[in-house]
Amino acid sequence: MEEISNLMHGFEVALTWKNLLFMFVGILLGVLIGVLPGLGGANGVAILLPLTFTMPPTSAIIMLSCIYWGALFGGAITSILFNIPGEPWSVATTFDGYPMAQQGRAGEALTAAFTSSFIGALFAVLMITFLAPLVAKFALKFGPPEYFAIQLLTFCSFVGMGREPPAKTIAAMMLGFALAAVGLDTMTGTLRMTFGQSELLQGFDFLVAVIGLFGLGEIFLTMEEGLAFKGKSAKIDPAIVLRTWAKLPKYWLTSLRSCLVGCWMGVTPGGATPASFMSYGMARRFSKRGDKFGEGEIEGVIAPETAAHAAGTSALLPMLTLGIPGSPTAAVLLGGLMIWGLQPGPLLFVEKKEFVWGLIASMYLGNIVGLLIVLTTVPWWAAILRIPFAIIAPVIVVICAIGAYTVHQNMFDVVMMLVFGVVGYLFKKLKYPLAPLVLALVLGDMAETSFRQSMLLSAGSTSIFYSNWLVGSIVTLAFLLLSWPIVSYLLDRWRVSEGRPRRT
Amino acid sequence: MAKNAKIPAGALATRWMELVVAFALVVIGLIVVYDSHRVGIEWAEDGPRSGYFPNFIGWILAGTGAFIAGETFFGWKKLAGKVFVEREQLKPVLQMLLPTVVYIGLIALVGIYVASALFIAAFMRVQGKYRWPATLAVSISVPVAIFLLFEIWFLVPLPKGPIEHLLGY
Repeated sequence: MEEISNLMHGFEVALTWKNLLFMFVGILLGVLIGVLPGLGGANGVAILLPLTFTMPPTSAIIMLSCIYWGALFGGAITSILFNIPGEPWSVATTFDGYPMAQQGRAGEALTAAFTSSFIGALFAVLMITFLAPLVAKFALKFGPPEYFAIQLLTFCSFVGMGREPPAKTIAAMMLGFALAAVGLDTMTGTLRMTFGQSELLQGFDFLVAVIGLFGLGEIFLTMEEGLAFKGKSAKIDPAIVLRTWAKLPKYWLTSLRSCLVGCWMGVTPGGATPASFMSYGMARRFSKRGDKFGEGEIEGVIAPETAAHAAGTSALLPMLTLGIPGSPTAAVLLGGLMIWGLQPGPLLFVEKKEFVWGLIASMYLGNIVGLLIVLTTVPWWAAILRIPFAIIAPVIVVICAIGAYTVHQNMFDVVMMLVFGVVGYLFKKLKYPLAPLVLALVLGDMAETSFRQSMLLSAGSTSIFYSNWLVGSIVTLAFLLLSWPIVSYLLDRWRVSEGRPRRT
Repeated sequence: MAKNAKIPAGALATRWMELVVAFALVVIGLIVVYDSHRVGIEWAEDGPRSGYFPNFIGWILAGTGAFIAGETFFGWKKLAGKVFVEREQLKPVLQMLLPTVVYIGLIALVGIYVASALFIAAFMRVQGKYRWPATLAVSISVPVAIFLLFEIWFLVPLPKGPIEHLLGY
């Protein structure tokens, strides 16, 4: 099979001592980022992006994606030991992970979490290996209308599948689009919404927005909660690991279901966080011991961790093949690719074969390395969390400021980071989702270009979005997802008026 | 009034914050619409002008902002008990926000290394009540580590002030 030989070639690219070292460093940094509050996958990668500019692209993307895997692993550590989710996608892990730690089964919970993360990731990477080339081949035939349809689908699925109020999702998204439009219009050369300010010429960089929204915003929230870390101690020895591994095969059905949920939510940009909740909910409903969930069931750790990692990994599939990221972190990686002059999309699979397969091979290796590292180093990370917040908080603010500055060597960006930090705090508290804002900021120019090109093709008629079965069905699906909140609301009303019990 | 009694004195009500943010969104939306009209939303000979796409965005943004404001307004009584933030919670947030503002101002003046050292030291002394030895150890070693990492190893220049210039950087 062609994929296998490509993949083997990819392993040759990825398996150099230097790349293995970058992988190792990336995973360590990633776990650190995942463990610390205020630093997460998306803004962590954004901050470290400038450090990789001097590296060859393949090594750089390997390190950056390993930071991402590390962050996915790291989120579980704080959830289980400290009952504090280090990342939003590990919130569901606290439900059963922390009770297990309280019962002195921390080692078991951690082993289960890491192993299920690994299985989820492996499943998603396998999917990417075999599906990505097909999607890329298919997407080569896409024109501007098809691209716009896919982008529309991306954004409509946020509205249809998000947990936040639909109006707020749309508002956050439109704010992202509006911010993306600021600056030079690349198609006509007109300046938009700069109001005579030369700083606004370049527009808002989404990396700065990510650092502010997710980094500073999170620090403000943490300050408000008056965080004190009181954690359980963790001991993992090989005996516990082996004992837990022996238990895991019993839950193969939960794992498989979580993998599927995760991959689906990752490819359509539902993201890792809803995937973990959905998977946890399904596991509770289908499990024989469902009523025991929340008291320390190992299945309640397996389900969300598998789904979160599967979603986080499969979010890279649309990023690589279509240039449309499935999560904020994937968006940052996409930004990195563009800085190195690699335009993600179907052509990448033809023109930069070596790079793509090197990256895919590194996903296998990175997750194996990651699993080994986290299993052996858990006590250290738990120790880092015991550093008081009065030291951690200012250091993280300093790191965020450096990250924002290095994007363009520009002081204005640091000020903008602060503004985005306050916006992030307000939005989080009022339940406006941040992911659609970031994705709209990234995809804004692309969506606008493909929309305008489509309009050019059809001389201003929107009928082009129904001109063939492919674009028509994508657009229809998008509108179905967009109207889903209204439909489900009406269905609920109808059920109530019929005198049936309300859906919970 | 019962509905006011639910909110502790000095706390900020969620419904007011909802309104403020929703109105801000409407205003931003209208600014986008205004500017789109300025650059032209119609068609030129070579296709749609620059304001064509943002014009839609601006209207949708203003529309959803108005919708959220309306939703808050009509659900005013239902939202009565919701607290956005209490005074005791707001204090630590401001204790983080205000020093950060000062810190960013300082970066522009004295460069990032000195500003970071001062910021970390001030935070540790005031918030963490640390003694001077611990404070100095952390607040000096962090900027030095950053200097080595960025300026020396990765050759990424960061903002510098008069002190760094005196040292020859």
